[in-house]
Amino acid sequence: MDARPITSRTSPVSPQTGRLSVGQGRRRHTANAGYVLVLPYIAHFLTFVAFPLVFSFVLIFHRWDILSPMQWIGLGNVHRLLHDRLFFRALANTGVFLLIHIPLQIVIALALAVFLNQKLRLRGFFRAIFFLPVVVSGVVTTMLWDSLYAQDTGVLNNVLSSLGLGRVPWLTSPTMAMPSIAIMATWKNVGLYIVLFLVGLQSVPQHLYEAADIEGASPWRKFRHITLPMINPTVVMVVILSTIGGFSLFIEPYIMTGGGPIRSTLSAVLYIYHQAFQFNHMGYAATLGFFFALIVFMVVLLQKRVVEQETGL
Amino acid sequence: MKTSRLRFLRTATKGSLYALLLCWSLVCLYPFVWMLSATVRPEVEIGRLNPIPGKLTLESYRLVFSKIPIARAFANSLFVSFSATAGVLIFTSMIGYALSRLRFRGRDGLFAVVLFTMTLPFQITLIPTYVLMVKFGWNDTYYALIVPYMINAFAIVVFRQYFKSVPQDLLDAARIDGCSDFGILFRIMWPLSVPALITVAILTFMNIWNEVLWPIIVIRKWELMTMPQLVALFAVGGKAEGLLGVRLAAAALLALPIIIAYAFFQRYFIASMATTGLKS
Repeated sequence: MDARPITSRTSPVSPQTGRLSVGQGRRRHTANAGYVLVLPYIAHFLTFVAFPLVFSFVLIFHRWDILSPMQWIGLGNVHRLLHDRLFFRALANTGVFLLIHIPLQIVIALALAVFLNQKLRLRGFFRAIFFLPVVVSGVVTTMLWDSLYAQDTGVLNNVLSSLGLGRVPWLTSPTMAMPSIAIMATWKNVGLYIVLFLVGLQSVPQHLYEAADIEGASPWRKFRHITLPMINPTVVMVVILSTIGGFSLFIEPYIMTGGGPIRSTLSAVLYIYHQAFQFNHMGYAATLGFFFALIVFMVVLLQKRVVEQETGL
Repeated sequence: MKTSRLRFLRTATKGSLYALLLCWSLVCLYPFVWMLSATVRPEVEIGRLNPIPGKLTLESYRLVFSKIPIARAFANSLFVSFSATAGVLIFTSMIGYALSRLRFRGRDGLFAVVLFTMTLPFQITLIPTYVLMVKFGWNDTYYALIVPYMINAFAIVVFRQYFKSVPQDLLDAARIDGCSDFGILFRIMWPLSVPALITVAILTFMNIWNEVLWPIIVIRKWELMTMPQLVALFAVGGKAEGLLGVRLAAAALLALPIIIAYAFFQRYFIASMATTGLKS
């Protein structure tokens, strides 16, 4: 492996840079090793990132069902997308999901994290239980809630009707279905965000609270004026992570509703999936994917910008 | 007088805190307990709130095993998740080491590329990657389930970060002893980076174990399906014949391995997921 032996034993390494400073040969050897080590990554990147990126751009301009040759249609797919009411419906549905899911998640996760951050016994126990829905597959939680939500036999409605309240059409009414899915997603993910908030809370310097105690500040004031500003970066992160997660909504509507009732839970990814694998519209599905990714990217960027401006970070 | 009131107030706050936390624990746990009990009770009892079954029966599980190749799917999932995780550990630690400890032309550019791929939404590459699988003839093979997952940018960032904190003296000593870069990586960096290895392993394994969208796209043969895919299709398709207990039994079988792993390595699971907040 070594072309040249190390020539000096006294100080082959510069302590500042960590670079071997012996001779040209030694340095070249290190550089070569670097290239060898990154080779698998480069191969993987070219195949599974660079090629798909370029190819999806090519696909935008083609009609293609995979079997027959590709057919150049210029901006036909883009034109179709701009007039595709179902795609915009799917976007709006995803928007509804995010608008319910994100605030609900932040409020519950932050509250529980603040509670858990107190000096309590059983802290680890609670944290472990809250985290359980996070680790379990989305397929499981979806099937589980599908049964809980069932109109006639579901536990939720059985409880409501035994309390003398009416049965709720959780998944069967177009206005309720997406909120029901958002509630379920919140239940599943809250544990993760509790843990992230706990990390954030632990980084708040204790002396700030001590100073506030001396001035006799109430717990709410301490939360509002110390905790909240200090964990702001965590809030931004939670918003961004759950936006990205929410935009990839697929398995829940796929299993529970198939996108219905009346397309009310058709998510963007589900719609792209239908276009590609039910109708074999590869070119159009790639166009949808491209634009949708662009939207996700812009929304996340915008969120970051807005929050950073609000807080002057 | 005043101190006793204060003490009362404090116990009251503590008490209500515990009550609230207990409430949410119940919200988290009850559905799982109910699910397990639904799988071992007769179909007519399932809608009941009380999770204690009146009559025990394993009929639902028997039906699952007779209707779908779930044991095979379990083996597939294990094989796929283990292979991809092994790949991720080896390949991403290699590039993490190169990016943190070696100097070569284009290194910083390469790291920028890694960070760029982290921000890339998967929707953009989904269709072309599927086309690629078709062109490779990888549809309905294990390759489609393993190879695309063998490297991920997040693992690279974790390793790079962790490797940076290993003292340079150790590396120099090894190099003087004639250790190659592969030797340094696997015999010095790896043993010193067990927490990073565990983090990456758990995250990767869990993500691949729970992945559904991609398997649904590239696998059509029943005997090659992963567990979540098989169970999802079982739930959507007509094979369960509307029997709730049977569907939930399939779901329970899918949940069980991860829940058992979680019970043992709970601390590591939580710690590794907490590093998802690591990215800026």
